[in-house]
Amino acid sequence: MELTTLETVPGKTITRHLGLVQGSTVRSKHAGKDILAGLKNIVGGELKSYTALLNESRTEAVDRMVEQARDAGANAIVNIRFSTSNIAAGAAEVMAYGTAVVVS
Amino acid sequence: MDGIIQIVFFLVLLAIGVFAGRANERRHYRELEQAEEDLRDVAVSAGRAPDDAGMFSSGKLVVGSVVIAEDFFKRVAAGLKSLVGGNIRSYETLLERGRREAIVRMKQEARRVGATHVVNVRLETASLSEDWSGRQPMFSAEFIAYGTALTRRA
Repeated sequence: MELTTLETVPGKTITRHLGLVQGSTVRSKHAGKDILAGLKNIVGGELKSYTALLNESRTEAVDRMVEQARDAGANAIVNIRFSTSNIAAGAAEVMAYGTAVVVS
Repeated sequence: MDGIIQIVFFLVLLAIGVFAGRANERRHYRELEQAEEDLRDVAVSAGRAPDDAGMFSSGKLVVGSVVIAEDFFKRVAAGLKSLVGGNIRSYETLLERGRREAIVRMKQEARRVGATHVVNVRLETASLSEDWSGRQPMFSAEFIAYGTALTRRA
């Protein structure tokens, strides 16, 4: 599966469009990590546990998107975009979406 | 008595913010400059694929992200500044650091996969500090930089 933020896959041509595919995850912060992050907040700087958490969520969102594209018979996803939103206290949604295509 | 404890607590937090927070920020800027210098050979563009896209083997999605939080001093400084309005310098540096860090991490991933270019780069910011309990939590935000890494055909 080729994944790209471009409109085409470099060096290949799109032969079929299969429409929008998306994957998302909603994950809550670990209570223990949240307390540590709260302490870290006093000195500021990177919250490493959250960075890791959101990275994991993003990987999973991409996996789900890829799965959906594969089911549709695609071998590439173009024009991929990500978005993150805070939907409730302590929970964030990470979404990935793109256009499933067949390239050759 | 309660009031005094609160004031002492506030001053301690403020002092930690001033010293630890500032030291953190200076160190982060030094690290960023170093990393950006090291990664200078990875070309990054927000535009589409270069015209000679045929020169490259197919692209690969690369992502860099970071969650960064304010310190207590930044918060107080921002609160005071917003009384008179204008640029809130303490938040400007925070957001700049977050974004530069995300870009650096994206470039590092591009280098790991052997790419020389990252094209069609998009930047995304999401605030993570909304709190439904009504109290104002410390500000933290996630920064993402992502794009398509291109590797020159051998």
